[in-house]
Amino acid sequence: MMKATVYVTIKQGVLDPQGVAVQGALHSMGFEEVSSLRIGKYMELQLDTNDRAEAEQRVKAMCEKLLANTVVEDYRYELEG
Amino acid sequence: MKFAVLVFPGSNCDIDCYKAVEETLGEPVDYVWHTATDLSAYDCILVPGGFSYGDYLRCGAISRFAPVMSEVAKAAEQGKYILGICNGFQILTEAGLLPGALLRNTSMKFRCHDTVLKVANNRTPFTTDFSENEEIVIPIAHGEGNYYCDEETLARLQENNQIVFTYSSNPNGSVLDIAGICNERGNVVGMMPHPERAVNSLLGSEDGKRMFTSILKAWRDTHGAASVR
Repeated sequence: MMKATVYVTIKQGVLDPQGVAVQGALHSMGFEEVSSLRIGKYMELQLDTNDRAEAEQRVKAMCEKLLANTVVEDYRYELEG
Repeated sequence: MKFAVLVFPGSNCDIDCYKAVEETLGEPVDYVWHTATDLSAYDCILVPGGFSYGDYLRCGAISRFAPVMSEVAKAAEQGKYILGICNGFQILTEAGLLPGALLRNTSMKFRCHDTVLKVANNRTPFTTDFSENEEIVIPIAHGEGNYYCDEETLARLQENNQIVFTYSSNPNGSVLDIAGICNERGNVVGMMPHPERAVNSLLGSEDGKRMFTSILKAWRDTHGAASVR
């Protein structure tokens, strides 16, 4: 078994209205030092394989095809085990 | 002319689309479930609004892998008419049949009201019954209708006249006030506003009717003789 952790974030240059709203909330609570906040997605995948190279190739394909929309999002992943 | 209205788990404007075709045109129309693997009988495919697959992950992200979507791609390739409305637009962008993506409204609010649209291109098969730059009233109902594409794509859209509708007053933050676009060939249109909800003055507007009459006219122009005889 291997574990893949996938992070999907909105591309720099693409507005993240949710992040802007949360940043505004933090400011109103007194956390003025927050100069930028962007919200992304965190996914944990358990993979039935021990072949690291294969896992890496397949997780990349999953990200490209479904987990991220590369028009507006970036992704990165980590593999463990 | 035969219409298909696709139905995904979570579609909720399928009945409106069906009724709009039935009552506006009186042409044959079928509901087609997302598992269908043959759309060859249809001349126009409507991808309706709603919350297919609960908008899980991203709007349209899961629906685009439904079996019927490879048939939609085939139909687009064959030059058949494809109209994606609201969630249907999101599905078509996720499927890569239209460029760009739909992001969360900048206001963070779900906007549900009439909008005034400008017909930016009245030469698509979907808009010939409008005059150029005509202002029409069509309702919107979305939380993620903020059309985005990179500058290169935007320049291409402008160059090829692919911007079909723009908002007079932008409700969602979309680039260049875009409300609807088409592919390069013009046979695939995606739009956030709902023309199927504007087909009777009792509904507040009947401007949406002319999208349906335009499609029929476009089809008759290429298949007309056969259907009249």
